[in-house]
Parts: sequence; C-alpha cells; structure tokens
Amino acid sequence: MSAIGGIHNARFDRVSLEFDTPKGKLRVVEDVSYDINDGDFIAVIGPSGCGKTTMMSMLAGFQKPTTGKVLFDGQPVKGPGPERGVIFQEYGVFPWLTVKDNIAFGLKLRANRVPVAERDYICEHYLELMGLSDFANSYPKHLSGGMRQRLAIARAYAVKPQFLLMDEPFGALDAQTRANMQNLLLRVLGTEGKTVMLITHSVEEAIYLASRIVVVTARPARIKEIIDVPFSYPRDEALQERPEFGELRSHIRELVMSEYRAQQAQIRPASFSE
Amino acid sequence: MNGSVARRFLLGLAPWVGAVALWYGVRWSGFVNVSLIPAPHQVAAKFVELLLHEGLLFDVFASTRRVFLGVMLGILVAVPVGFLLGWYRPARTFADPMINFFRALPPIALIPLVIVYFGVDELAKLVILFYASFFAGVIVMYEGVSQITPLYIRVAQTLGAGEFEIFRKVIIPLTVPHILTALRVALGVAWATLVASELIAAQRGLGAMIQNASTYFLLDVIYVGIICIGFIALIMDLILRWISARLLVWQERAVV
Ligand SMILES: Nc1ncnc2c1ncn2[C@@H]1O[C@H](COP(=O)(O)OP(=O)(O)OP(=O)(O)O)[C@@H](O)[C@H]1O
Ligand SMILES: [Mg+2]
Repeated sequence: MSAIGGIHNARFDRVSLEFDTPKGKLRVVEDVSYDINDGDFIAVIGPSGCGKTTMMSMLAGFQKPTTGKVLFDGQPVKGPGPERGVIFQEYGVFPWLTVKDNIAFGLKLRANRVPVAERDYICEHYLELMGLSDFANSYPKHLSGGMRQRLAIARAYAVKPQFLLMDEPFGALDAQTRANMQNLLLRVLGTEGKTVMLITHSVEEAIYLASRIVVVTARPARIKEIIDVPFSYPRDEALQERPEFGELRSHIRELVMSEYRAQQAQIRPASFSE
Repeated sequence: MNGSVARRFLLGLAPWVGAVALWYGVRWSGFVNVSLIPAPHQVAAKFVELLLHEGLLFDVFASTRRVFLGVMLGILVAVPVGFLLGWYRPARTFADPMINFFRALPPIALIPLVIVYFGVDELAKLVILFYASFFAGVIVMYEGVSQITPLYIRVAQTLGAGEFEIFRKVIIPLTVPHILTALRVALGVAWATLVASELIAAQRGLGAMIQNASTYFLLDVIYVGIICIGFIALIMDLILRWISARLLVWQERAVV
C-alpha cells in the first residue's frame, strides 16, 4: 500500500499573517501558537472570515507567515506535499474528469506509486463508501454540492495521507450524511491512525471528533482557548447524549458566541442603530 | 427525441428559405433594377457551371488551404506565447502594450506593406494570415489562461503531483477550451483577411475570382463567390464546434 507512513507533527510558533490589500495591511492571524502531535485530532472553530482557512493554508504550504514559524516535522513549511492531504473548503473537484477519474487522480501520480492493479479496487471502495457508485462515470457538473464535497473527501482519502487538513469538509451535507461521514472518518482514523486538523463551524462536530479544540477569535484570529476533549476513542454517537458532552458544548458555544458578537460589533459599530 | 431533431432541423432551415424568398421578393418588387440582382436559380446554375467547367473547386481549395495553413501556423505560435503571457505576470507586463498595439491594427491595413516585402505570392498571403490569426489567438489564449484559478493546481499539489504532472494533467485540460476558442476566433479573422488579400493580388482563390468577375461585371459569379465564402466559413465553424463539443463534454453549458 502507498501510505506515506511515519510520524508527523506540526507546530505554529508565534505565527502572524498580514495580507496586503488595496486598503492597506489586513491582519488575519495574530500570534498563534499551538502544537499538533502525531495522532492528534485538532478542531479549529471560530467566526466566519476570522482567518481559519488562512491558518490552515500556512500549514498546507500555500501561505507564508509574516512573522513566526509554521513547522512540519520540525522544518519550516516550504510548500505543499502529499504527506499533508488537504480537503479544500471549495472542494476543488476537477470538472474535466469523471467522478471515478477524480478519485483515481492521486493514485496515478508518480509520487504515490499505487500499482495499476490496486487503483481500480481503491476507486471502487471509495465510490461505494461515499455513495457515489451510480455516478462513477458522470462529470462533476451533474453532481449536487454535497456529492461534490463527498467526492473531494474520497479523492483525498484515496491516497491515504497520514496528515489530513480538512476545511469544513462536511459543511454542505445534510445532517444524516454528515453523521455518516463523521463516523466514517472516526473509523478510518481508528484503522489508519492519522493526524488531523479540521476546521468546522459545528461545536458538536468539534467535540464529537476532536481530541483538542482550538477556539479562535474574530479577525485577526488569535487563540481564545484550547480545550482538551476528555473522551477516549473509539467514540460513537451515544457520546453526544452524555451530560459531559452537553456541558462542554455549552462552554464552547458561549466562547464562540462571544466572538461572533465581537465580530458583529466590528462590522456594525455600536453607534449604528437598528 | 426524433421529433426534437426534426424540429431543430426545420428551425435551422427556415431562415435560409426565408433569405431565398426575400431575394426573389426584392427582384420581383420592382424597386431595384433586375439586371443588378441575378435570381437565386441563375446563381445556382452559374455555380454548377463554374464547378464543372471553370475549376471553382480549385479556387475553393486555394483559399481554404491558405486559411488553414495560416491559422495553423498562427495558432501554433499563439498557444505557447499566449500561455506564457497568461501564466507569468512579468511576461504580461512586458508584452501587453505591444501586443495590444499590433492587435488593434487591422491586418488588411498591412497588406500593402506585405506586398512590398513579400511580393504577391503564397508567402505573402501566409504572412498576412499568420499575423491575423496569431494576434487574434494570442489574446484569447492569454485572457483564458490568466483566468485559471490556482485552486486546481493546489489540489493537485496536495495529492502529490510534480511540476510536469500538473502541467500535463491540470493545466493542459484547462487550456484546451481556450485553444479551441482561439482557433474559432482566428478562423473568423483569417477568413475575412484572406478574401481582402486575394482581392488585391492573387491568381486563384475565391477573392481573386470575385475581383476578376467584378472587372467584367459578372454579377452572378460574384454572388457565387460570396456565397461560397460564407458557406466554407460556416462549415469550418461547424466542424470546430463539433470537435469542441466532443472534447469539452465536461463543461457546464447554459444552453443544452
Ligand atoms: N489572498 C488574500 N488576500 C487578501 N485577503 C485575504 C486573502 N485570503 C483571505 N483574505 C481575508 O482574510 C480573512 C480571513 O479569511 P479566511 O478564508 O482565512 O477566513 P475563514 O476563517 O476561513 O472564514 P470562513 O469560516 O468563512 O471560511 C478574510 O477577511 C478574507 O477576506
Ligand atoms: Mg474558510
């Protein structure tokens, strides 16, 4: 199998990032530090537009911090690489390839060295898992938003990266499919032992999946609180009925809400009456 | 299914029938001197005559070959150049004003100069057509390539694609639609330019045929020439559209 094996860890070390915009510098990430150790599942949660995607894309290798360091396996991140699988917020499904060829894309690349005989099997496997078998030979233009999102997930899982960066990967799915995808992810982690950084807006999703939750502030994203989730793996949906789950949820919701209100106050100054 | 094909065929045919009817109508209305407008059936008869006895096919071939060669050469150069301009911002900053200057010059305006430097032979026509299709194509290419979003390239990188794989598996598929558009635009421009260049100086070709006919006031020949030019351009465009539809099944279309 082609798993890009090994132990991986990442570190944000006093990271700040500013964009140059026509209106001047826009500070998006400010003095962020935390570690992602091998086997961690980090969920990042914070208001829309605060800088979560930007934070992730520094680790993915698409943005450079203005100050501070983003380290992967102890080295500053230089660019993207297949050991860090990314599921993009905009999916990035290739429109010129059929569903099946989208999944096969990574498998056919030299870096992944998947034998031809295995490719078909892997494609079928993920088509099946993602409920896309009936659309194997369709082009993405015939897929719904949720199906495209599942296709992007399948394509990323297929090359079995040890380190997964997921930007709101289940955002476009209905509650039932979303729960299925969450459980599937937990199963995959149980068998393949990955390290994950997941961005989400759902507090329940963060608690259910993550081992640690990083709550970030409204823009610029600073760390508001890092919360250890006290539940052990494997987890199942019964977890969400436990009273501790509810308490944690209330706590995190309060944090997120206060940042959301802070953001609203930025957008709409207090002097602006309704 | 079948009914809709028939309906589309009829819908496509109707304007032609209408045009011919209008043509007869103008003749019969008496507003215009009848000797200035040959009837459609006269033009058709002339067409057959030219086809059988005057080597019309040879003129058609001469013109088509010129356009074909000129466009092929022009696009062959326009694709890589347009690609570089679209891909590398510095290249664009460097070449953009120049390209826009030359693009704004109608190729027809250059015909006299080309005659001076390249004479009146095939080479001269090829130069003009190359010029016309290159500048038409290069602009389409670079506009198109500069609009390619980095997202797909990023996706490919995170899946492990190397530089060459990205080029072959991501950039080329994204460029094909622009190459085809460039071809279509270049064909249109080249065809218009060709006729102009043949009107001025050529032995054979549809433009030359029209020019000769006008010297002797052979209106029906002129009509045959013009209609041939229109139809060949139409057929070339249809072929290209057919190829596009085959190559680009994946694209989202507003009209099915
Ligand atoms: N390349 C860029 N140039 C300039 N500004 C940018 C760029 N990318 C993002 N921004 C700005 O940075 C801010 C944070 O964007 P980011 O995409 O990281 O937010 P986010 O937290 O992922 O939001 P969401 O939850 O809505 O996805 C936004 O205000 C955005 O306008
Ligand atoms: Mg985002």
